[in-house]
Amino acid sequence: MANTFELISSYTASGSVGSITFSSIASTYTDLCIVVSSRTDRAAVPDYIGIKPNGSSANLSLRILEGYNGSVSSGTDTYIYGYCPGASATASTFGNMQFYIPNYTSSNYKSVSVESNVENDASTGGNWMTAGLWSNTAAITSVVLYPVLGSNFVQYSTAYLYGVKNA
Amino acid sequence: MPNPTRIEINCATGVESIIELTDAEVAEMEAAAAIAEAEREARKAQDAADAVAKAALLERLGISEEEAKLLLK
Repeated sequence: MANTFELISSYTASGSVGSITFSSIASTYTDLCIVVSSRTDRAAVPDYIGIKPNGSSANLSLRILEGYNGSVSSGTDTYIYGYCPGASATASTFGNMQFYIPNYTSSNYKSVSVESNVENDASTGGNWMTAGLWSNTAAITSVVLYPVLGSNFVQYSTAYLYGVKNA
Repeated sequence: MPNPTRIEINCATGVESIIELTDAEVAEMEAAAAIAEAEREARKAQDAADAVAKAALLERLGISEEEAKLLLK
């Protein structure tokens, strides 16, 4: 169990915003945990929230396990993301998502674990578990969160960046 | 119409900056979204095709899905 689980920074959208960047992240922790409550303006039930370590969209990969709309499937992709409600999901409903990045300052490739859900009072709701990899040896000093298919996070979306260490 | 904005939070200073995306950034974002949507549709189509092929195979073999799962244990 971590001895330190410390809030580094947070953001609450006061209006629509295209992406959220946490920059100048200190190297003093072991792991990073980003907790997101979000909804986007995409005209559909689900949207994706992508993550770019150090603003990079290169050398990203994932395998995702999906339980959505009454069926289960898995797949791979060339970027890392979780799911959140879009504009067609139940009104005023936000999805929860957590990105966990262990050893974010190491000189090894970085794994990114994502758990997410789409809250929707209908059959088209779902949960996703993602195993992501950023094949880059650079320490992570910033992360960008962005709607993949929609244009904006909607008002009241939040993102909390935590530093985790066993000391 | 103004472009979407991005927010950058400097974790060292706590300063929040609101930055309007450039036209090039908007174009890149839209292109990436189109690719992502196409990839998702392709995966859905492949899943549907796999389901049809699986059903046809089970019928050809004359076994149920439960019986097929037993074979894989």
